[in-house]
Amino acid sequence: MNLYVCIKQVPDTETKIKLNADSSGIDPAGIKWILSPYDEFAVEEALRLKEKNAGSTVTVISAGPTRVVEAIRTALAMGCDNGIHVEIPESADNNFAAKALAGALKKEAKVDLVFTGKEAIDDGAAQTSQLIAEHFGMPCVTVVLGAEYGATSVKCKREVEGGAFEMVETALPALLAAQKGLNEPRYASLPNIMKAKKKEVKLLKAADVGASEADQKIKYKNFQLPPPKQAGKKIAGEPAAQAKELVRALHEEAKVV
Amino acid sequence: MAKVLIVAEQRDGKLKKSTFELVGASAAAGNETHVALLGEGVDGLAKEIGQYGANKVHVAQNAALKLYNAEAYTAVLTDLAKSLSPDVILASHTPTGRDFMPRLARRLDVGLASDCVTLAFEGNSIKVRRPVYSGKATAEVEFVGAGPRLATIRANALGVPKPDAGKSAESVTATANLGDLKTKTTDVVKGASARPDVTEAAIVVSGGRALKSSDNFKIIEELADTLGAAVGASRAAVDAGYRPHRDQVGQTGKVVSPALYIACGISGAIQHLAGMRTSKTIVAINTDPEAPIYQIADYGIVSDLFTVVPLLTEEFKKIKEH
Repeated sequence: MNLYVCIKQVPDTETKIKLNADSSGIDPAGIKWILSPYDEFAVEEALRLKEKNAGSTVTVISAGPTRVVEAIRTALAMGCDNGIHVEIPESADNNFAAKALAGALKKEAKVDLVFTGKEAIDDGAAQTSQLIAEHFGMPCVTVVLGAEYGATSVKCKREVEGGAFEMVETALPALLAAQKGLNEPRYASLPNIMKAKKKEVKLLKAADVGASEADQKIKYKNFQLPPPKQAGKKIAGEPAAQAKELVRALHEEAKVV
Repeated sequence: MAKVLIVAEQRDGKLKKSTFELVGASAAAGNETHVALLGEGVDGLAKEIGQYGANKVHVAQNAALKLYNAEAYTAVLTDLAKSLSPDVILASHTPTGRDFMPRLARRLDVGLASDCVTLAFEGNSIKVRRPVYSGKATAEVEFVGAGPRLATIRANALGVPKPDAGKSAESVTATANLGDLKTKTTDVVKGASARPDVTEAAIVVSGGRALKSSDNFKIIEELADTLGAAVGASRAAVDAGYRPHRDQVGQTGKVVSPALYIACGISGAIQHLAGMRTSKTIVAINTDPEAPIYQIADYGIVSDLFTVVPLLTEEFKKIKEH
């Protein structure tokens, strides 16, 4: 099978976000970049499918500035075979990135399945998976928590609200966007980390895959940090008195109960 | 004034509160408010939508729309958007809305602002702001180029208006041209819990690692059930196996903004705060007076949660009885 994983590099979850001088974006200084956590489930799912189907290859693709090659190497160290970096500007939106990723997929001889994370934890837009599928022209199932792969189709368990699941069957080729819990991602082994460092990552320019600034549909501006909250009130006393006072305050002051 | 198309959301023939938030906000701004209602045997719901101020409800019914199907929804909404030519198209940022709206945006060759927490109508356009880095910052979205402005809005961000039984909307049939579907939704498996979803609930009671076991979450559940609240959990509690991932609140879980958030035994790691800091009122219960959660809590109780939580449940029961 010809398996693909589209990944994104994002700031680590522990990053304290600071804005740049004119509030047009965030200050990139000191940010530790990681592979977006949901993408790890996508990489793992592709690797497990490869292991069950002899002769398969897993290719990892990322669109972004040069730094994203590090995230590609993280995926290669987990066991992916090939890496492709599509160079697009830092400011590219979901649609620009999706057009670039779909363009890179279209250059491949055959695509059976594409995996992504259900969202990236930086913009949290949850758009790029569906947009890649639309640009490529294949069906897409999002928030996938389980999948049974057949020769020409895949049955997915899609998580929705209230702990319910939609059971969705789709024809191949298809794109599946992974939810946490789809599998348990492996750690990269030391030999694989060493091998990943030496692997060639193919570089494509936006123009090579038919994407350009004209694909930019939204821009972010006027960034703000959340307003500082006033220090709250600590309720003193014995636990029974504390409980009584809190319930009174929520009922009478905050009026939320 | 704008021509606004809102995509209603129903499950099992019951409309979501988040749909009323969108209809109410659009109608209150004086917009020409259209609503798309998709499903099978759902035409009776148009009346309820009308009570929130919609002008016209476009009802598309088909057996293939009985359960949510991304391709079928996208096909129907693309046709409707092209024939209606709205200035603005809105849906809730729910598992359904967030799934089809990017596809609709692509078919219309326009951009989408997703998971917005503020919405203002300006002329025939909208001004929206959305969290980035899971709420560690927010940004305004600028739409590039012409065409309708698309946005998904976070549940509870606008507030549910009161229905007016004197108001009604015109109901018309929308064509359901589904084309050749490559995907089918075969079944919906219900969740075991009767509690509301953590992203939809008006009150969320969350537990952290300090709960020490999944069994101990029983006291959290009892408090939640007394309040009709959802149960949430920190990443530490989920990673320890005390709760399923769907309950996780934070940067790698759900982002919530209920009217009341009660954090029990949660220290307040940056990635947890990112998921709940927009809650209107925050209560923290933690033995450590220096815990970061107290920096954003409106009310704090520095005591052992195993003592305080059951006492709170009893106190809340008393006011519920009155």
